[in-house]
Amino acid sequence: MHFLNEHIIPFFNYWIYVIIMMLGLHAMIVKRNLIKKLIGMSIFSTAIILFYVSIGVNNGGDIQGGKPGETHGTIPVIEHELALEASHDPTKIDFRRYANPLPHVLMLTAIVVGVATLGVGLAVTQRIYRDYDSIEEDEILAKIAAAPSRQTDD
Amino acid sequence: MRFLGLFAVLVTGALLLYGVKDFPHYGAADSPANEGVVPRYYMENTMKDARVPNAVTTTLADYRGYDTMFETSVVFTAGVAIFAILRVFGGDRNRHHPDSLRIRGDQFRIIVGTTSRLLIAPIQLFALYVLAHGHHSPGGGFQGGVIIGASFLLLSVARNLGESLTRLPEHRFFTLGATGVLIYAGIGLLCLLLGHHFLDYRALQHVLPGVGPEMARSHGILGVEIGVAITVSSIMFAIYANLSTRGELKKGL
Repeated sequence: MHFLNEHIIPFFNYWIYVIIMMLGLHAMIVKRNLIKKLIGMSIFSTAIILFYVSIGVNNGGDIQGGKPGETHGTIPVIEHELALEASHDPTKIDFRRYANPLPHVLMLTAIVVGVATLGVGLAVTQRIYRDYDSIEEDEILAKIAAAPSRQTDD
Repeated sequence: MRFLGLFAVLVTGALLLYGVKDFPHYGAADSPANEGVVPRYYMENTMKDARVPNAVTTTLADYRGYDTMFETSVVFTAGVAIFAILRVFGGDRNRHHPDSLRIRGDQFRIIVGTTSRLLIAPIQLFALYVLAHGHHSPGGGFQGGVIIGASFLLLSVARNLGESLTRLPEHRFFTLGATGVLIYAGIGLLCLLLGHHFLDYRALQHVLPGVGPEMARSHGILGVEIGVAITVSSIMFAIYANLSTRGELKKGL
C-alpha cells in the first residue's frame, strides 16, 4: 500500500504510458503478421501521444497553498473578458491557470502525421501481399529465399 | 525469438518504469514542462502578438510555423508515397479481386444512402466551423481537414467509391494536396517578398487593407490553416481511395 501511494499513484500517467508502449513494442517485435506489426506501431505512437499530453497537464498539484484542480489547468484558450485586457497588458494573464499549450501543438500534428505514416505502412503491406501472396513474415522470407530473383523484378 | 522479444520488452519496460521515479508528479504545476519560460511566453503573448485567444493555434501556425509547414509536407509526401507504391493503371495485373468484399443488394441502400445524404452537408459545415473558429476555440486546420476528409470517406462507405470519385477525382485531390502546401509556403514567401522573415505574418499588413501587425498575424494564421485543411482533407481521401481499392481506384468497398 505504501508502495502504491508512494510510487504508482502520483505517477500513474507514466505507468500507463509505459505499459501501453510496451504492448505496442511487443507486437512490433514478436508478431509475424505485418498488419499486427502496424497495429503495434499505432499503439506505440498512441502511448507517446498520451505521454506528451499528460506532461502538459497542470492541475495545480504540489503548489504551496493551492488546491489541486481549483483554477488551474484549463484548456489553453484565454477567456473573452480577459483576452481584451491581455491584448494590451500581457501581465494580466496568469499562465499557471492554463494547461501547457506546447504538448498539445506537438501531438496535434503527430496524430495526423501518424495516420499518414500508418497509411503508407498499410500501402507497403498491400504491395507485399500483391507480390508475395502473404503478409506473414516467415512465409515471405521463405518465398524470397526460394526465388532470389524475385527481389529485383518488380 | 518469441521469448527473446518478450524478454527485451520486459527489460525495456522495467528500465522505463525505473526512470519514472525521477519524473515530476502527474499534474504538478512546478514540473519543468509547466514551470518553464516557453508556456509562459505563449500564454501571455498570444493576445498581444496575434489577437488569438487560443494559444494552441498561435503556437501551431505562428510561433512554430516552420514545424507545421513541414508536417503538412509530410502528410502530402505520404499521399504521394502511397500513390507511388500502390497505384495500378489498368486492372490486368490484379490477381486478387475479392468480390465478396463488395456489399450486394439494395436493401440497405435506402437507409444508409438517406442517412449519409443528410449527414454529409452538416459534417462539412461543421468542418468549416472548426477550421474558421480555431482562433477562439479548440480547432484549426488539421482538425477541420480531417473532418472534411471523413465526410468523403462516409460518402465512399455509404454509397461507393465511384460516387465520391466523381465529386473529387484523382487528379483533383492530388492537385488540392499540393495546393494546400503551396498556400502555406506561398504565404511564407509573400512575407519574405514584403521584406520580413519567412512566415512572419506581420508583413501581410502591407497587402491586407486596414489591419495592424497583430491582425495581420491573425489573418496569416487563418490563411495557413486553410492550406493545412486542404492538404489534410484531400490526402486523407487519397489514402483511403488507394488503400480500399488496392490502388485501382475502380470499385472498392
